[in-house]
Amino acid sequence: MSVGSEESVDPAYIVVDGNEAAARVAHSLSEVIAIYPITPASPMGELADAWSQRGEGNVWGTVPEVVAMQSEAGAAGAVHGSLQAGALTTTFTASQGLLLMLPNMYKIAGELTPCVIHVAARTVATHALSIFGDHSDVMAARQTGFALLASSSVQEAQDLALVAHIATLQTRVPFLHFFDGFRTSHEVMKIAGIDADTIRSMVPAELVAAHRERAMNPNAPVLRGTAQNPDVFFQAREAANPYYDNVPGAVVAAFDQLAEKTGRRYGLFDYFGDPEAERVIILMGSGAGATREAVDHLVSTGEKVGVLVVRLYRPFSIEHFLGALPASAKTIGVLDRTKEPGAVGEPLYQDVAVALREAGRSGTKVYGGRFGLSGKEFTPQMVMAVFAELAAESPMPHFTVGINDDVSHLSLKVDADWAEPAAMTQAVFYGLGADGTVGANKNSVKIIGEQTDLFAQGHFVYDSKKSGAITVSHLRFSPNPIQSTYLISNADFLACHNFGFLEKIDVLDIAGEGATFLLNSPYGPDEVWAKMPRRTQEQILEKGLRVFVVDGDAVATEAGLGRRVNTVLQTCFFALADIIPKDEAIAAIKESIRKAYGKRGEVVLQRNFAAVDAALDGLHEVEVPSQVTSSLEMRLAVPEIAPDFVQRVTGMIIAGKGDQLPVSALPVDGTFPTGTAQWEKRSIAPEIPIWDPEICIDCGRCALACPHAAIRIKVYDPDAVETAPDTFQTKAWKSKEYAGKNLTVQVAPLDCTGCGVCVDICPAHSKEVVKHKSINMEPLLDHVEAETANFDFFLDIPEMDRTEVRIDSISGSQILQPLFEYSGACSGCGETPYVKLLSQMFGDRILVANATGCSSIYGGNLPTTPWSQNEDGRGPSWSNSLFEDNAEFGLGMRLAIDGQSKTARQLVQELAPQLGGLATDLLEADQSDEAGLHKQRERVAELRSLLKAMDNAQARQLDSVADYLVKMDVWIVGGDGWAYDIGFGGLDHVLALGRNVNILVLDTEVYSNTGGQASKATPRAAVAKFAAGGKPTGKKDLGMIAQSYGNVYVAQVAMGANMNQVVKAFAEAEAHEGTSLIIAYSPCIAHGIDMTTMMSHQKEAAQSGYWPLYRYDPKAEALDKPALRLDSRKPTIKFKDFAEKEGRFAMLARANPEYAAELTAAAQADIDNRWQLYEQMVDVHRTAIFEDEEEQE
Amino acid sequence: MNLATRYLGLDLANPIVPSASPMTREVESLERLEEAGAAAVVLPSLFEEQIEHETMAINAALNFGAEISAESTEGYFPEMDNYNTGAGDYLGKLRAAKDVLSIPVIASLNGTTHGGWTLYARVLEEAGADALELNIYIVAADADQTGAEVEAEYLRLVEAVRAAVHIPLAVKIGPFFSSMGNMATQLTEAGADGLVLFNRFYQPDIDLELLSVEPNLVLSTSDEMRLVLRWMAILYGRVGASLAATTGVHTVEDVVKLILAGADVTMLASALLRYGPELITSLLDGLSGWLDERGYESVNQARGSLSQLSSPDPKAFERANYMRTLVEYSSKV
Repeated sequence: MSVGSEESVDPAYIVVDGNEAAARVAHSLSEVIAIYPITPASPMGELADAWSQRGEGNVWGTVPEVVAMQSEAGAAGAVHGSLQAGALTTTFTASQGLLLMLPNMYKIAGELTPCVIHVAARTVATHALSIFGDHSDVMAARQTGFALLASSSVQEAQDLALVAHIATLQTRVPFLHFFDGFRTSHEVMKIAGIDADTIRSMVPAELVAAHRERAMNPNAPVLRGTAQNPDVFFQAREAANPYYDNVPGAVVAAFDQLAEKTGRRYGLFDYFGDPEAERVIILMGSGAGATREAVDHLVSTGEKVGVLVVRLYRPFSIEHFLGALPASAKTIGVLDRTKEPGAVGEPLYQDVAVALREAGRSGTKVYGGRFGLSGKEFTPQMVMAVFAELAAESPMPHFTVGINDDVSHLSLKVDADWAEPAAMTQAVFYGLGADGTVGANKNSVKIIGEQTDLFAQGHFVYDSKKSGAITVSHLRFSPNPIQSTYLISNADFLACHNFGFLEKIDVLDIAGEGATFLLNSPYGPDEVWAKMPRRTQEQILEKGLRVFVVDGDAVATEAGLGRRVNTVLQTCFFALADIIPKDEAIAAIKESIRKAYGKRGEVVLQRNFAAVDAALDGLHEVEVPSQVTSSLEMRLAVPEIAPDFVQRVTGMIIAGKGDQLPVSALPVDGTFPTGTAQWEKRSIAPEIPIWDPEICIDCGRCALACPHAAIRIKVYDPDAVETAPDTFQTKAWKSKEYAGKNLTVQVAPLDCTGCGVCVDICPAHSKEVVKHKSINMEPLLDHVEAETANFDFFLDIPEMDRTEVRIDSISGSQILQPLFEYSGACSGCGETPYVKLLSQMFGDRILVANATGCSSIYGGNLPTTPWSQNEDGRGPSWSNSLFEDNAEFGLGMRLAIDGQSKTARQLVQELAPQLGGLATDLLEADQSDEAGLHKQRERVAELRSLLKAMDNAQARQLDSVADYLVKMDVWIVGGDGWAYDIGFGGLDHVLALGRNVNILVLDTEVYSNTGGQASKATPRAAVAKFAAGGKPTGKKDLGMIAQSYGNVYVAQVAMGANMNQVVKAFAEAEAHEGTSLIIAYSPCIAHGIDMTTMMSHQKEAAQSGYWPLYRYDPKAEALDKPALRLDSRKPTIKFKDFAEKEGRFAMLARANPEYAAELTAAAQADIDNRWQLYEQMVDVHRTAIFEDEEEQE
Repeated sequence: MNLATRYLGLDLANPIVPSASPMTREVESLERLEEAGAAAVVLPSLFEEQIEHETMAINAALNFGAEISAESTEGYFPEMDNYNTGAGDYLGKLRAAKDVLSIPVIASLNGTTHGGWTLYARVLEEAGADALELNIYIVAADADQTGAEVEAEYLRLVEAVRAAVHIPLAVKIGPFFSSMGNMATQLTEAGADGLVLFNRFYQPDIDLELLSVEPNLVLSTSDEMRLVLRWMAILYGRVGASLAATTGVHTVEDVVKLILAGADVTMLASALLRYGPELITSLLDGLSGWLDERGYESVNQARGSLSQLSSPDPKAFERANYMRTLVEYSSKV
């Protein structure tokens, strides 16, 4: 592309990210849009939904119909149907989502139906899931018959989206338009926009009419979707060839039209570099940016190199390819952003090689290489390494670049020597997740992009924790168009928005010589130096940095914004960066605040304005001393006592140095040790709970409610703490249950996230000072030293013998060791207390099948895993397959256990003569309680020692399956998005099969992980993405559906409403010989509540009948008891009283009071009706009794 | 019987005015009040603190969770077109009341910041309020703050609002001043056209089950009228501002007593909530009857006739009643 190459075009610049750029075009050219959330494509669907919700029309003035489906497969089906019925239809997706669309894509293409699917290309899960960008998903769609059009920048995401919509109508071949996930989809960029008039003028009405002509219509009936036989299928398949032959020409024509209208010219293949280049790199996607920079640089030094950027990948036009490739090219490196194990080479490489072969250019050497998998950085240095390799006498075939492959030795060596493009300002900001830093930086890009002639780019990096996360914003400003598609490594300006980061990460590592460093600091300019770690001081001196401090928290608090420091630091950035004159910048910031928050109300504006005005008064330059004075070292990523793997691998990842790990360091099959979260001491809580044993009533509620296993309980013999630190607290256990034993409630000070749920739930308070509870939040710094020592001591106190604990009680369950600890979930998460309880009650014998979602992220996202082991090395074994298949995945585990157990039992029988009484004991063991399990484990140990002495194949075989003689449980865990929507079909089938699996649905009533889209679990009247106007329909009653099978144990629970019921339900579900389903109410940040009070919200959810508690035990009928038992009372408060305290409902009441009132009344009716139904169900008997049977006999 | 009176320079048909309460919130009940004979209405207070709280809560909910992970970069809630924060809702109700009522509509305001008091006063004036009642209630919980400082704060507020608006201004205050009379004078000098004595607010209570503090409001009784009665009588004829008696006005007797003490209008809330708007009709009938029976021609004639200035026993309004009753009681024996 060459911006501005045509005359008389004066583009209107806009600042958008790739998703918005593509979605805007898609929305403006569609009548029907079927959506489903998946990272990183979700924002496209969200935007389309929001625009339609707001009444924004397409270019013909019609508001597109946007419908959220239950899965991408569902979305594709809806798209197919809509296309068949003649509507202009689109959808957005990525990764597994695209894979779920494949079957329909074959159909849509086979039927020659104009359609565009916009894809934010993302890694397909293999040994691990990854949300980041590469081409493994789109490459899996290349055989569907869709045309594939690749954008390599935000500008192209807009322009090529338009071209795709035009060309598909022109050719009848459907288009998959893609751009790289995150790198392009989430990159905020100044681009030249296209207005609706221009778009409309480029889409010929007759093509739209022709599409409608082909639609199914009873006035001109046709039939499509036949079944064909060997006689004609083949011919029919070939009949479409001419349409594919037309595609390259049609795309060229659309490109020409675009150039005419906008001045921006693209080709099917665009070449950049020396016209006489000898070495050429070929690639597609965002890697083109870094490659072009490297090529420009090399060409300027006289090297004969170039890059060919592929835009229309399918159909692959050899003619256009050869037309664009310099005839001088002798050596070609084809870079694929995907891996196809076992293939001759990756797909683009193969296409290029075949194309050259077919063209008879066999003299041109072609080498394939892989880069950028899962969004791995791809820099100009790497490009230079590739060019260097291509210059070698015999370049390495099938190389990789960007990693250190010390196993297959395929990686190229990258020499880090690169001069940034001239006249570029590069700024990097470290923020605390959710502190508004990213939003403010997006604003800054907008301000500078829209108010100056400068080009502007913003790219944002997040870590994988949901609490205490670090965000890094990379901003570039330049008088020239920016194509640097990689992170900043040499910043002119560096801001650290949280003082604590200095000890944790090497913030100044990427600071350039003489850069400006802005630090949000509670310490003023005179004291801050003494508080900095040594590493920070060293970098400041070595690089000659200018240092500025502002107490952003104080300024923000004073302005009434709490700890939201973003506007304060944004103002300081503008003052220091000197891109816009200060006064103009401040006016622009205020204007952007007005734009962003104006709708929220004057108070919000005034407080932000006050923060802007006060920011510069608080900004001070630090006089930098000439000597390093600090002895404060940066914190070790993991302690030195951590296991080897954690030291070598996990620790590097925690330290942000995962890119440096060589191939050999990583497991070959995605298998990782559990129990590693304990080594990642994050220390993110400003306040931690401190126990007062004087008041404690031994109830265990605090530990049960703790989402992070950071409040622990141990019960032990008093002499176990004789050597305890002085500050260690203990008390005698009050009741006779564990008479003579002592109790300690202990905080894990460095693992606590400070959510305060434990304090909120604590029922015990001082007689003298009511606000003083048995646990109280106190400043971390006052207690960290003592409590760290106490916690270390606490961990060494022996765990109580499980056979002595009453497991199905609140306190009993909490005496058990949690085998799920310190997850990266949100502070105050409503899901994790259930997961932790599960790990305590049954963790030493469970396999966990975990659906993709929040629980798979906080449970399985690197660097560390919260699933852990007890001192015997037993613990949950965890795996995640996909989002949609989790019930089936877990069922498979059950089948495997049962199969191997059968084998083991058979072998025991066969070996019985040699095993004596042990065989009978093993086969007839009662394993229904802890004592039984314990005994059986001892028997298996004994069996194994006997087997050792036996020298036969049967013994060896039995040894390999002997573990399966001990009861193993399968727990199938996931969220409502899985259970109610995408995985419901599988869940339903597993419920129907009746096998012994336990299903735990963590019901947050919304797609929490992808940012709060409505699911079928979302209640009526709640506001969510995809239900922006308030959800008009009620929630699906999953529990009733499960009960309809008659043999499924079903419990609906809410921990904050009735803890005892939760524990009982878990115990009963586990004991149920068959399928059990627990639906657990899980408050979420998506509810718009203060998570500290999440347990209290649950109480009101039950009191209002919004979330009735019950247990349905199919076995009860046999005992002549009602199967359904309501565990909560008839509603005592109204739905409104519960709902008005939650943002998700209150939001609608604010925005649209009349409709909110209507929906609230309907939601109340839902509750009343449901309660009435449930009450009747209590008296219902399923088993038919034929009274006259005896008489007949 | 001529029941006409003048309050804040407004000519009213009678001295019965519903004060700020849920009864004056909706147009439907306002119409019923007018129909029953109310001479004017005071709308419920626009609470600046409430507006701020709600606005910031919406803001927080929209910010909450944003940027929490790469998968959720925006907030958890979709942006809506409008959040109806600010005074919009109140102004809508004020305009609707003005549209349907022919009696004067008095807006009420409770601010928290200086800027807020004047800003919203102006907004209420622009929306058509016939008069403005400033509902000022400062709990002087700061032990370092002197009484004089608290008084100065009241006066600054009244001066600032007076300077900001042109419509008549009433100031509704509590009785907790060291020198009520002097305060009344100062408020009048600061620009108050009328004084509304006295306001009632939520008072804390303790829930013995939950051991929690639960502020609430209970409906008044006639007994509470007597404090008002005292100050009506003392202030009548001594301050330039018109006087509105509120708190504990329930019966015809209450109304008559307060008029005799000097009230220009009597205001009702609890009694209306208890008995409905129709109570006004019976109060007006009773007032006419009482005046008629005793040969009065008008309310104006009766007003202040038993004020401190006109009472045969002016000291009665200043008496330490406890002592006096004891003495009388013993002397009777």
